Amino acid sequence: MTDYRTDLSRVRGLGAAKFGTEHFWMQRVTSLAVLLLFPFLFYSVIYLAGRPLAEVKEYFSSPLVATMAVLLVALLAHHMRLGMQVIIEDYVHNSSRKLTFLMLNIFFSTLVGAAGVIAIIKLSLGA
Amino acid sequence: MANVELRSKRPLSPHLTVFRLYINMMMSILHRITGAANYFAIILPVAWLVAAASGSDIFALVNGLFATPLGLLVLFGASWSLIHHALGGIRHFIWDAGRGFSIPSVIILSWATIFLSLLLTAALWFFAMVMHGRL
Repeated sequence: MTDYRTDLSRVRGLGAAKFGTEHFWMQRVTSLAVLLLFPFLFYSVIYLAGRPLAEVKEYFSSPLVATMAVLLVALLAHHMRLGMQVIIEDYVHNSSRKLTFLMLNIFFSTLVGAAGVIAIIKLSLGA
Repeated sequence: MANVELRSKRPLSPHLTVFRLYINMMMSILHRITGAANYFAIILPVAWLVAAASGSDIFALVNGLFATPLGLLVLFGASWSLIHHALGGIRHFIWDAGRGFSIPSVIILSWATIFLSLLLTAALWFFAMVMHGRL
């Protein structure tokens, strides 16, 4: 049967990664967002280093601080997942090993993000 | 067999071992290495947060580990790695915007990355130590 579709429409979405520029774009978005939170990160590290637990809880009890900290952890988890995915795709060529690492990457990044966010929420609520 | 012989005579594309090392190449390589290091180093602050949320005993344990000479060395390296990767990210934003592609700009941006990363890491540790009366 004759295929009437244009060459472009036939290959669209069939690139090596099966996606368009979403990965590249989100890498930049998360990167800029984290950079905007860097002054907060610097201040927090300088302020919190070696402080007793009660003062740490006091610091995170501010909704603004807790919000920025949660955003920072979540954005870093997203950004590191995207970055490590590129590294795996560049260096791991064995198909089953590559799929294993890609999956482990998602598991690890999500675990780090979830653990950080839950810890911040708990600290913030003073429990 | 003839195939093998032909393959060995094919011209090779220039690669890492062929080029002389330039500062921009080294910063590009460092950007990926620090990114991978940050990937694992995020365990440090997240472990600290989880410990703080878990109770005073675990929190004291993690703080104690961080305060050992090895702990401080790892934290120092992790802070430099994060700062270097962040500055590398700014450099890439400049390039993404289509600016800074002349050879002198590339060289200046690359040197600025390593120089500022060391300066900002030193500043971070200086202020943290001043804040907590260690200096």
